[in-house]
Amino acid sequence: MAETVLEIESLEAGYGEVQVLWGLSLKARRGELTAIVGANGAGKTTTLRAVAGTIDPWRGRVLFENEDVTRLPTHLKTERGFALVPEGRQLFSSMSVAENLELGAFTKRAARSYAGRLERIFTLFPRLKERQRQLAGTLSGGEQQMVAIARGLMSDPDILIIDELSLGLAPVVVYQLLATLKQLKEQGLTILLVEQNVHLALALSDYAYVIAEGRIFTEGLPKDLAAKPEIRKAYLGL
Amino acid sequence: MSAAPLLELDRVSKRFGGLQAVNNLSFTINEGEILGLIGPNGAGKSTLFNLINGVFAPNTGKITFDGVDITGEKPFIVARHGLARTHQIVQPLTNMTVFENCTVGACFGKDNKPLQRARGAAEAAIALTGLDDRRDMLALHLTIAGKKRLELARALAAEPKLLLLDEVLAGLNPTEVEHMIGVIRKIRESGVTILIIEHLMQAIMSLSDRIVVLNYGEKLAEGLPAEVASDTAVIEAYLGDPKLAAELEGHA
Amino acid sequence: MLRRPFFYVIALVIAAFAGLPLIGNNVELRESLVLACVYITLASNLNLMLGYAGYINFGSIVFFGLGGYICVWLIYAHDWPLAVSLLAAGVGVSALALIFGLGILRLRGAFFALSTIGIVEGVQAFAENFTPWGGSSGIYISPQVFQPLGGPARALWVIYFAFVAVMGASLYLSYAIKTSKFGLGLLAIGQNEDAAAILGVPTPRYKALAYSASAFLPAIAGGLYFFKSAFIQPSDAFDLTLSTEAIVICMLGGQGTVSGVALGAFLYEQLRGYLLTSSTFANFQLTIAGVLLLLIVLFFPSGLMGFIYSRLPIAKKVLE
Repeated sequence: MAETVLEIESLEAGYGEVQVLWGLSLKARRGELTAIVGANGAGKTTTLRAVAGTIDPWRGRVLFENEDVTRLPTHLKTERGFALVPEGRQLFSSMSVAENLELGAFTKRAARSYAGRLERIFTLFPRLKERQRQLAGTLSGGEQQMVAIARGLMSDPDILIIDELSLGLAPVVVYQLLATLKQLKEQGLTILLVEQNVHLALALSDYAYVIAEGRIFTEGLPKDLAAKPEIRKAYLGL
Repeated sequence: MSAAPLLELDRVSKRFGGLQAVNNLSFTINEGEILGLIGPNGAGKSTLFNLINGVFAPNTGKITFDGVDITGEKPFIVARHGLARTHQIVQPLTNMTVFENCTVGACFGKDNKPLQRARGAAEAAIALTGLDDRRDMLALHLTIAGKKRLELARALAAEPKLLLLDEVLAGLNPTEVEHMIGVIRKIRESGVTILIIEHLMQAIMSLSDRIVVLNYGEKLAEGLPAEVASDTAVIEAYLGDPKLAAELEGHA
Repeated sequence: MLRRPFFYVIALVIAAFAGLPLIGNNVELRESLVLACVYITLASNLNLMLGYAGYINFGSIVFFGLGGYICVWLIYAHDWPLAVSLLAAGVGVSALALIFGLGILRLRGAFFALSTIGIVEGVQAFAENFTPWGGSSGIYISPQVFQPLGGPARALWVIYFAFVAVMGASLYLSYAIKTSKFGLGLLAIGQNEDAAAILGVPTPRYKALAYSASAFLPAIAGGLYFFKSAFIQPSDAFDLTLSTEAIVICMLGGQGTVSGVALGAFLYEQLRGYLLTSSTFANFQLTIAGVLLLLIVLFFPSGLMGFIYSRLPIAKKVLE
């Protein structure tokens, strides 16, 4: 079994007075795609935000390559090798594709290998090379998602954390993106993916966690989970 | 069999600019039952509550409550007919005490009670929801669980015939959830009909007599909890389209 | 209400106002207390909107000024007796407030506040151009009008007691409303108007009633004030200074409380008197008021009463 790159230990977090996560633990292993599934409101996005540092965890720990990064400010996490592709992409829509990618490489870590990375990214996403001067806000949904992932990759990450890949995208686009992710995974990138579509998540992950009511409801290898009624129970309560 | 339904929605639709939030929705609630409303995020559940209690008026369709057409009536008039609701994001009257909050609810509800009688109803509601020990505490000093209970007590103090509960369990720890479920059951036993939106699936499935599933503002399914949970269309709405994964395997 | 101690606290204040100047025929004290009465009347009635319903009425002067105009004009042009003219002023201005209120109370927050100023400007413009009201020169009434009251010296005493009565009525009115169901509804509106509506509070009706009610006694006070001066002109009658001061007083004393307003009015009047007579501050009176308001809003939002209640919780049982 591959080594653990990211580990979350008994994480508790919430917004204001409302607690959303009630003690969540999971691991993401090197070179694997780990999926997190669960109903809306279960805490998937909150988990990613707590890991990235967008919100402060209340209790528990986040360990990255065995280092405690729980309270590390977000921009320093990026320096360490985290890249977050947020839900809804959150691109700089009035900037060009190239500028968005440039902003992905803001850290010192990324600056080192900038030129080479940009070339590699354009190889992975030829469509983006064609449209590099186009304003990000004018691209299609699928192309925007490509920019979001590409921007994440520009920071030379050890772990790519993606919040909702398939949301609002046509199937053929999703397939293209997933094929690219598979390639990156084979090159050693660790991916943590939050995904709405359970079937999709199970089809491409190496390991999956099911969140319900702010906790891990069940976990396991995709083929094992697909057979059990647990997932349906997590989503529908029965 | 029972008389006419307590609440009836007939082909109700609501559009916000380009977004069709609720589309041609019809269902009924019978007196004394607990109806659960579920559906993936953005399905239109909160909008539906807002349409029923008059915050928005529907574009088309009719809403009948206890035989009276309440379509598009202002919230305070709907309250007078005997309908009360709680909010997903609690709305306490912050600088008033728990007791004062409940008195307001009691004064302006169904019977338009005078101050004295309203106080009695407020006390009863506080007792039912277990807020006795915090009766004279300012609403802003309550914990989130307390505020949720206050939201419930205040709605109850109006002695409504129909209670709309909007995610009343969200943000509560397991013990508090247990307690609230008990309170909701007691409320039903006291003769109040309940329409409940909840994301805590196990809770809503065990509380509800019947379930209506909403997706993209339309009714996807309706029936007993067990029926709805094994309905393929419902499962697909929550778990996603299996065809997408199949296509992927095909290409792999 | 008769069973609660605060009823008697108010009675005591009224008795003090009525009795103290009588001691040794203290005309100087009487005149300063007239001003206190005016401030307390204006601030208490403003409190119904500001402290209870949470609607900031910047233009409450319009009730005072318009009441003054109606009363003075009825006496000047139609020879009506004082008492009837005062009543007519009160009723007339309340009725107008109800009509205007139904319109402007659809607005919230800053928009409502601005519209109240707009009303003052509009009414002032009207008064300046309305010839029966003397246009911008105003109306002078002859000293003859004081004869039915027993001559000028005695008239001033009668007018003074009328002021005390109006002040007392204002305090009792705000107290009665606060302890009633209507008042509960207003307070709920002030806390969270949308939640109040959902709870069944008939918000449009209640707001309009509060606005109209808050006009009645200030209109009568205006009638008394300008009758006493025997002269009214638009620039005095619609001077926004007075309504701004009323807001400061409410905030200073503790908005939403009855005793706070009375206390605030009294203290403000003393402060103002000091500032006006002090050589350094004579011209900065309004600036000081503005700075005071800012400080209160930032650091002491519950005003004096909030401070007193926090140090002396038992006071809450007696005072309102």
